[in-house]
Amino acid sequence: MTVRRIPTKTLGPRGAGALRRRLVVGCLVLASLVLITISFRSGDDGPLAGVQSAASTVLRPFAVGVERVAQPFRDAYHWADSLLDARSDAERYRQEARELRQRVIQAEFALQENEYLRRLLDYVDGPRFPEDFEPVPAEVIGRPGGAFTQAIVVAAGSENGIRVNDPVVTADGLVGIVTRVMPREARVQLLTDQEAAASAIDVRTQAQGIVRHALGTRETLVLDRVRKRDVVRPGDEIVTAGWRTGGLSSLFPKGIPIGVVTSVGQTDTDLFQQVQVDPYVDFGDLDAVLVLVPLEPRE
Amino acid sequence: MIVPASVRGAALLFGVVLIQAVIVPPYLVAGGAPDLLLLVVISLGLLRGSSAGAAYGFAGGLLLDLLTLETLGVSSLVLTLAGFWAGRYAETTGRGRRLAPVLSAAVITVLAALFAFFLHSLLGDDVVARHALVTVLVPTLAVNVVLALPVHWLVRSVVPEREVLGPAQRVEVLV
Repeated sequence: MTVRRIPTKTLGPRGAGALRRRLVVGCLVLASLVLITISFRSGDDGPLAGVQSAASTVLRPFAVGVERVAQPFRDAYHWADSLLDARSDAERYRQEARELRQRVIQAEFALQENEYLRRLLDYVDGPRFPEDFEPVPAEVIGRPGGAFTQAIVVAAGSENGIRVNDPVVTADGLVGIVTRVMPREARVQLLTDQEAAASAIDVRTQAQGIVRHALGTRETLVLDRVRKRDVVRPGDEIVTAGWRTGGLSSLFPKGIPIGVVTSVGQTDTDLFQQVQVDPYVDFGDLDAVLVLVPLEPRE
Repeated sequence: MIVPASVRGAALLFGVVLIQAVIVPPYLVAGGAPDLLLLVVISLGLLRGSSAGAAYGFAGGLLLDLLTLETLGVSSLVLTLAGFWAGRYAETTGRGRRLAPVLSAAVITVLAALFAFFLHSLLGDDVVARHALVTVLVPTLAVNVVLALPVHWLVRSVVPEREVLGPAQRVEVLV
């Protein structure tokens, strides 16, 4: 009995395998490039937008299900994590509560005076938060990776009245802005995204600037374009400015808390101050948000 | 009922995409987070070969982009090449090496980040190189290297390694 190898044909298993391999990867790379091209060029109105909308609707229940399953574990992790800081936090909060009590009394007086003067002047103001907005609560069901985009996907969309450019907040402060809307989902660009910015003011000094992400950092913000003559100090609170000029207005209503100033620096060569802001919102730990839908349609 | 390996691989991939998109926070460890989807695609490439790795990468990337409402095709392109590279490594020099998953995870994590950075820059996204290639990549690389072997064992328990029938094994018995 002898054993001999079967002679290979012209295009043997090795050659055929290589050809098949190249064909497969070539077709998939080509398909990816076509998808990128169509998706990038056509934006939210192109043929792929409908497909993406339908697919995201189909995938939504799975995402919501996974989110619900993961929530108790996430809560347990946060509970354990918060225990470590509880002692130091308690003392700090007691101190803050004493200061805030004083400020609430002063603010109450100022509010009454403000209302009275507004009535006297028949003052016309821009949209005010929260009176002129309907908050739409939404669960966070998607967290794209952090290297290239700072965004979340929430489980509410155009069917809930949400539109592109609607501001998004939590109880802590400003989160970001809606950049893409599907019928039942919306993509929210976080304030920590490189392309995000919001006009803001220092509550104490009324110094104006633009809050954006600090380059090369994780979640630190900077208040940019603050004039050198404005005396901004660490501990100052930064809120949205909510400006209006002619027919144009800020996308954010005024008065939404953004963060607290942690450091202020300036050099002789810079035109503006370098103000670092620690955001109130923990962008890495968002479970639910409020999308602020303007009651009056935006111009 | 015996479920084919491809179906089990697809189910595993679907689950991992959901976990990656919904559960894994972007800054879990020192500014980075494990890229579980990339690790699973690499493992599938190592176990099932370059063609299957590329196909799994494409499908996983597409699902991820659909779930996160990102530009379609970007993740697919990166993960297609990642799965293909891992598969080619397994088909050539990496066959039988115990640390192949760790080595491929380390190399492909860096290459995938560089390629994704290039793609995003090409698409006009405002991406800061230091943030993407240092602040996020370094911790992600470390976590991916640590998780490479456990993830590979998990994937191998669901999707068995493909049997390679080389020319030497195709014999004819003559009596």
